[in-house]
Amino acid sequence: MATGTAAWLPFARAAAIGWMPVASCPMPLAPRDNSKKKDELIMLNVSGRRFQTWRTTLDRYPDTLLGSSEKDFFYNEEAKEYFFDRDPDVFRSILNFYRTGKLHYPRQECISAYDEELTFFGIIPEIIGDCCYEEYKDRKRENLERLQDDQEDNKDMKLPNMTIRETMWRAFENPHTSTMALVFYYVTGFFIAISVITNVVETVPCGATPHHKNMPCGERYTVAFFCMDTACVMIFTVEYLLRLFAAPSRYRFMRSVMSIIDVVAILPYYIGLVMSNNEDVSGAFVTLRVFRVFRIFKFSRHSQGLRILGYTLKSCASELGFLLFSLTMAIIIFATVMFYAEKGSSSSKFTSIPASFWYTIVTMTTLGYGDMVPKTIAGKIFGSICSLSGVLVIALPVPVIVSNFSRIYHQNQRADKRRAQKKTRQARIRIAKSGSANAFLASKHHGLLNELLELTGTEEDEQKLIRNTSLLESQHHHLLHCLEKTTVGGLKHPMLAQASLAHEFVDEHMFEQNCLEEALQSYPSRSPSVSSQGSCTICCCGSRSTSRNTALHIQSSQLAVHPSSRSNLNLRAEDGSRVNCKGGQVTTAIISLPSPPSLAPHREGRHHPHHPTTTTIRPSHRGEHPRSPRASRPPQAPHPPASSRCPPSDRSLSVDRNF
Amino acid sequence: MDGKRLDTISERVDAAAVSAPDSIEDELELSTVRHRPEGLEQLEAQTRFSRKELQILYRGFKNECPSGVVNEDTFKEIYAQFFPQGDASTYAHFLFNAFDTDHNGSLSFEDFVMGLSILLRGTVQEKLNWAFNLYDINKDGYITKEEMLDIMKAIYDMMGKCTYPVLKEETPRQHVEVFFQKMDKNKDGVVTIDEFIDCCQNDENIMRSMHIFENVL
Repeated sequence: MATGTAAWLPFARAAAIGWMPVASCPMPLAPRDNSKKKDELIMLNVSGRRFQTWRTTLDRYPDTLLGSSEKDFFYNEEAKEYFFDRDPDVFRSILNFYRTGKLHYPRQECISAYDEELTFFGIIPEIIGDCCYEEYKDRKRENLERLQDDQEDNKDMKLPNMTIRETMWRAFENPHTSTMALVFYYVTGFFIAISVITNVVETVPCGATPHHKNMPCGERYTVAFFCMDTACVMIFTVEYLLRLFAAPSRYRFMRSVMSIIDVVAILPYYIGLVMSNNEDVSGAFVTLRVFRVFRIFKFSRHSQGLRILGYTLKSCASELGFLLFSLTMAIIIFATVMFYAEKGSSSSKFTSIPASFWYTIVTMTTLGYGDMVPKTIAGKIFGSICSLSGVLVIALPVPVIVSNFSRIYHQNQRADKRRAQKKTRQARIRIAKSGSANAFLASKHHGLLNELLELTGTEEDEQKLIRNTSLLESQHHHLLHCLEKTTVGGLKHPMLAQASLAHEFVDEHMFEQNCLEEALQSYPSRSPSVSSQGSCTICCCGSRSTSRNTALHIQSSQLAVHPSSRSNLNLRAEDGSRVNCKGGQVTTAIISLPSPPSLAPHREGRHHPHHPTTTTIRPSHRGEHPRSPRASRPPQAPHPPASSRCPPSDRSLSVDRNF
Repeated sequence: MDGKRLDTISERVDAAAVSAPDSIEDELELSTVRHRPEGLEQLEAQTRFSRKELQILYRGFKNECPSGVVNEDTFKEIYAQFFPQGDASTYAHFLFNAFDTDHNGSLSFEDFVMGLSILLRGTVQEKLNWAFNLYDINKDGYITKEEMLDIMKAIYDMMGKCTYPVLKEETPRQHVEVFFQKMDKNKDGVVTIDEFIDCCQNDENIMRSMHIFENVL
């Protein structure tokens, strides 16, 4: 019900007096309004701006947020008001909707922001008043188009697993994606140009020879031109077949305009091959050569402007049709008039009405060849009228076509600009995002360091290490950590002890590296790990080696089957902490480059620099740490926990000694 | 009518229109008529509504009709919104005439509130009087069969096409016959106000139905 009518309901109910005496049975009971709430003022605080309205105003639309009990969720007890953390400017129009029953769309608002507010307050956009509805719909459509453009660009993204066919298709459609595609693009372009130039040069007179008179080059150097033609057609055929093979939907590809042009371009050659022996149809064969000129349309794959032109003509079909129709009408009218006007004059070229068509067309388009001119006075008068009207008729539909073309062209320009900007925008966004991911990874160091420090027990160091991580961040990190702890591999096979490790977050770089290594490396024996231990020691000794080799070695030793070696590695890395190992805690081996956290004693209080690309955390052992906030590990393969628990620290030390 | 401050520009223009018919006057005529009701105290005295009730009523009234008066078309529109299925325009027309006591073609807030006061807070006698006024289309003091038929048709129109059982052509006519049989005591073909009131007061159903006006405001 519209706004005011809610207020007029008492009136309508009172007007029922007219039915009562007429009715033959008593009226039903009226509903009692038990909640006899006095109409009160409601205070709505929207981001600090206060709006007040009557409760009944809001109750007019009970299926929206403000009209239903949903607003109780936003009630602020202390201030006795409803608080909404939303945009106060847009809220103005929303509240006006309750007051007047008409929803207006403020033109200066962004369409998606407005939509969001409407959705939040539970108002459907369809009830926007007629005054603003068109504008709203236009803006919404524009926005949608823009979003669609952006989505289309995602096709440039390389999917990790693409079949040969898909890769080929992608290369064909987007030449800038790979070098091969670019090469192919230019080669085909070159051959199209060659083919067209050949066709043109074929007909140029080449100069007289002793045997023959002036003849076109095509007939003089038949073999050469034939070879050129063959080469071009072969390239085109190969291209067409490749495209056909790679197309995701062959049927749709065969129906597309470009493929039809391709076929028409190469077909005359094959038909010519087949028919060359038969002299009778050589005339038709010659005609077929005309179709070779269609090869020039193949350039539209290479030129966006051409494509836009084609698209414009398609979209302006109605205007073009109108132009054609009106021209035809005018031509027939004037041709008839001219014919009858010139009938009297002798030696007149206007022999019939169709013959006069030529004169009319030439005059209306202001060409004026002069091969046919009227001689009588009446003819001259009508001729001048014809040329004047021609200008008008042609000038009318042309601006429409031009404006269409301009609109589409600019749209395309905008799309290209957006695409170009998008890359930089996304790069910047990625840096910002990876900043937060690295914050997590970095904070894990800190978490470890915290643990280590708990082991060492200095308070100030802890305080120093608690950086600017906000509560929100630390809670998020805790969540990620819990996830890590949860994702334990299924198998507890001792040979595959690494499967029983908790997964951890690594950054992209190291992930790729891991994949690469796992693919390339076999599990090394122990001795390399010894050497790696050595190098690891070097690493642990505080040298900020940025060499990735260290990581590789460490990784390789990680991949070693023997569990104890891994724990050794861990222990090795945790040199300093071993000494201060309190009961039951240990082994948080995180080896990172360039600054391993194991150097706790060396680097207390030192801030870990942010290394966006090389921060590393690999699958590692995690011991149980009673005080750590992390979830304790679920029971795992027997070996690793045993070796990592502290009571057999002497055992670990003994293992150390093995090295 | 002393309290009424009627700023009817159109009225002034009409007076002046004789002397200077100009296009400007035409434009002025199109401008809205503005009407301000009497003060709250006076209305309070004249009707049986409390101050708060009057405030609520006026706010609703002014919201829908910012100019302060309702003309018949707007009135029909408003009333039709309550009966989406049928055609309420005829009945709204009769209602309009019943509310518009001074017959000036527009309904001001005073008219509106006076009518409501009688219907919602009046005695049974007053209500029935008002109903009689509604039925008596030409306000001659008698309800004829034709008038009643018009009213009946208007009421049935509000029901619309989709009813169960299906509305037949002669249903209103039959209903009028029943009504006249009940009301017309002396069988003279018309119903006078006394006949009407007497009959209604003796009719249990009608008396019981009066309760629907109790909690309207």
